[in-house]
Amino acid sequence: MLLEGEYRIPAGCAISAIFDKTGARFSGKDIVDSIAVMRDRSNGLGGGFACYGIYPDKKDLYAFHVFFTIHSARKDFEEYISRYYEIDSSEDIPTRKIPEIVDEPEIRRYFVYPKQAYIDFVKTGADECVFRTVFAVNTEIKGAYIFSSGKNMGIFKAVGYPEDVGRFYMLEDYEGYLFTAHGRYPTNTPGWWGGAHPFGLLGLSVVHNGEISSYDANRRAMEMYGYKCTLLTDTEVITYILDYLTRKKGLTFEESAEVVAAPFWERIDRMPEEERARATYLRDVFSSELITGPFSIIVGFDGGVMALNDRLKLRSLAVAEKGNKVYMASEESAIRRVCPSFDNMFYAEGGKPVVYRVKGGKQ
Amino acid sequence: MIDFNVAPFEVVRDYDKCVNCRVCERQCSNEVHHYEEGFGKMISDSTKCVDCQRCVCLCPTKALKIVPNQNSFRPNANWQQKYLTEIYKQAESGGVLLSSMGNPEPFPVYFDKILINASQVTNPSIDPLREPMETRVFLGAKPQTLQRDEKGNIVTKLPPRLKLSMPVMFSAMSYGSISYNAHAALARAAEKLGIYYNTGEGGLHKDFYKYSANTVVQVASGRFGVHKDYLESGAAIEIKIGQGAKPGIGGHLPGAKIVGDVSKTRMIPEGSDAVSPAPHHDIYSIEDLRQLVYSIKEATEYKKPVIVKIAAVHNVAAIASGIARSGADIIAIDGFRGGTGAAPTRIRDNVGIPIELALGSVDQRLREENIRDNVSLVVAGSIRCSSDVVKAICLGADAVYIGSAALVSMGCHLCRTCNLGKCNWGIATQRPDLVKRLNPDLAAERLINMLTGWNHEIQEMMGGMGINSIEALRGNRLMLRGVGLNERELQVLGIKHAGEV
Repeated sequence: MLLEGEYRIPAGCAISAIFDKTGARFSGKDIVDSIAVMRDRSNGLGGGFACYGIYPDKKDLYAFHVFFTIHSARKDFEEYISRYYEIDSSEDIPTRKIPEIVDEPEIRRYFVYPKQAYIDFVKTGADECVFRTVFAVNTEIKGAYIFSSGKNMGIFKAVGYPEDVGRFYMLEDYEGYLFTAHGRYPTNTPGWWGGAHPFGLLGLSVVHNGEISSYDANRRAMEMYGYKCTLLTDTEVITYILDYLTRKKGLTFEESAEVVAAPFWERIDRMPEEERARATYLRDVFSSELITGPFSIIVGFDGGVMALNDRLKLRSLAVAEKGNKVYMASEESAIRRVCPSFDNMFYAEGGKPVVYRVKGGKQ
Repeated sequence: MIDFNVAPFEVVRDYDKCVNCRVCERQCSNEVHHYEEGFGKMISDSTKCVDCQRCVCLCPTKALKIVPNQNSFRPNANWQQKYLTEIYKQAESGGVLLSSMGNPEPFPVYFDKILINASQVTNPSIDPLREPMETRVFLGAKPQTLQRDEKGNIVTKLPPRLKLSMPVMFSAMSYGSISYNAHAALARAAEKLGIYYNTGEGGLHKDFYKYSANTVVQVASGRFGVHKDYLESGAAIEIKIGQGAKPGIGGHLPGAKIVGDVSKTRMIPEGSDAVSPAPHHDIYSIEDLRQLVYSIKEATEYKKPVIVKIAAVHNVAAIASGIARSGADIIAIDGFRGGTGAAPTRIRDNVGIPIELALGSVDQRLREENIRDNVSLVVAGSIRCSSDVVKAICLGADAVYIGSAALVSMGCHLCRTCNLGKCNWGIATQRPDLVKRLNPDLAAERLINMLTGWNHEIQEMMGGMGINSIEALRGNRLMLRGVGLNERELQVLGIKHAGEV
């Protein structure tokens, strides 16, 4: 059977997130409890979490989370990385041995920063260095796979039900200001840990529920811009689109939402002139980044979170607020499980981004 | 002299039905039918028949049919009848064989070997009767960098572009090769539909300047009818380098068609042949093309997109790559099945490549070079129906040009004798008595009807795939699968075989 990335696998899913608007850190326990409620939206073939604010002592360093699936991979990876990066420290990512999670690869994290010479060579900043490294490692070093590459954040994922994945990675031991979670229902048995979600690139992470019909139009556009789609999943291409729009093109997350879940022309045509010109510009210039088909996504980024639904609203996505906390989930039940009484609750509208940022700027 | 050839068609008349009304006689510019007083009945001369079906359609009692002549030369798999026929013609005339409309030979039609996807379970299909289903397309270059003003707002000025309500335009057909009324119909339909028609190389008749917002004006190697007002009156300007039906050669509109307003519009004397050179004599290289593109842009103050139209030839991807860096905003590629008013038969039937393969390689090449955003791609030759449009967009086109399909909607039956100038349907002729047969209002309505139908079908197919905006279809090759194609063909098209996941 072909592995993930060798062909395209559609998947259904559950997603959930908890965010603190003040940037205060809290335990990862709640997110595991929340996603566990939606067990029947997953099928045990992938689960994972993106956790923001978990490495405050090393917040200026890039945290690479890496899977090694063959023996030689770690040596090759470390040799490669030490050529371009200062390695602050590295360690095995702590895991709890449980019967539900099997066939684990070697899982390590590295706190690194590009060497000045490499930054000078790349010319467009440290983020671009990391961007290149992630693609180079994942496509060129056999058996090595960087699945998390942001600062002060980390992705934890595996093949299994998400609540088991949470226990496996001992998520309750981490504290952060934002956690997102994903349970996967692929229409297939990929059995490859890299294919689980969230998918991340630099500080950006995406959990996604849906199956986008624009996939190949989006993929081919992103490949033109230098992104290599190795997993052939919707989440991967959505992450690249958002990285391209926000980091490379300088759009805000709100503007990016207007690109990927663009308003319909009939609405744009009724807008006041200035707004219409802007909306037309975004649709026209970034037409290849429009995403069609059902999706609900939760995007984690440095200092904030965005929930977004496709423009027809073909997937559910509930948002609740309680004090400084914000909860998001595919189903209301996943919110009530960890927050039985909230101040208010609403469903994200089709194509309307729901964005929260830590008060006073980035964490 | 003995005519070695036999009539390709036979006119069959059901005398039980024929009432001697002589409509067929009046309708046939080829003078096939006449009333024989002595016999008291209609007689037909099949040797003159071109199978345009005009008499068949207009016969009030449906007494006529035109069938292939059953008379047969001795069958020979190598020496097919058409080769003998053509040799006899050339042995008589010593001339170059001429043909009209697109290549009719049985080369593979790749569109017919490609199938479209639909959603099941994992992704809902969308009902275009209940939900918005968007087919609006912009053609033109995309800006490389996003700029903001001092307040941080996006600067929304864009390079010049065309706005289409659906991804279809009428391709270049000159006034001269087709009639005034045919041009009027195309212009009116384009305006009503929110798309564009194309003047071809014959200039723009003064009556049609009012449709300029929906007009693409063409600059071809003969530069017929090109002047400042002409350039300024177009919504876009197309530099025609080549045509799918006759790549590598120019054009020739016989002096017989250069009459009256055609002569005025082309700015050449009545009765003189309009000969377009094979190349543009100011474009012998890609850098020369760039200079012409910018000359035109300078002349029109950078307000109009410039289209460069080429024929699909073997190295089309490399040529397109050069054009995408020439300052052109749109590349139009015309496949080897594209139509023509007249082309040497040998060239029409043997030069160029299928548009599907050309599109497959051009779109991929431009993406590999990261210059796909520099240009929009418009493909032609031949798009026959809405599913051809959908397949072309999935392969990577932004829009398509239709020529033959537009003429067919007005009545053309592809008899492929446009070069004779005696079109019974009033389309490819300048004879006033024939031109007036084509009512421009009715013809425009037929064009509008056809494309309205196509647009509904495009929307249905998009909805079936769970796609509600045409841009998500563009280049979406995963929505296509090939049937009966070999590995290499699939590779060029960039699609998988049916049954592959």
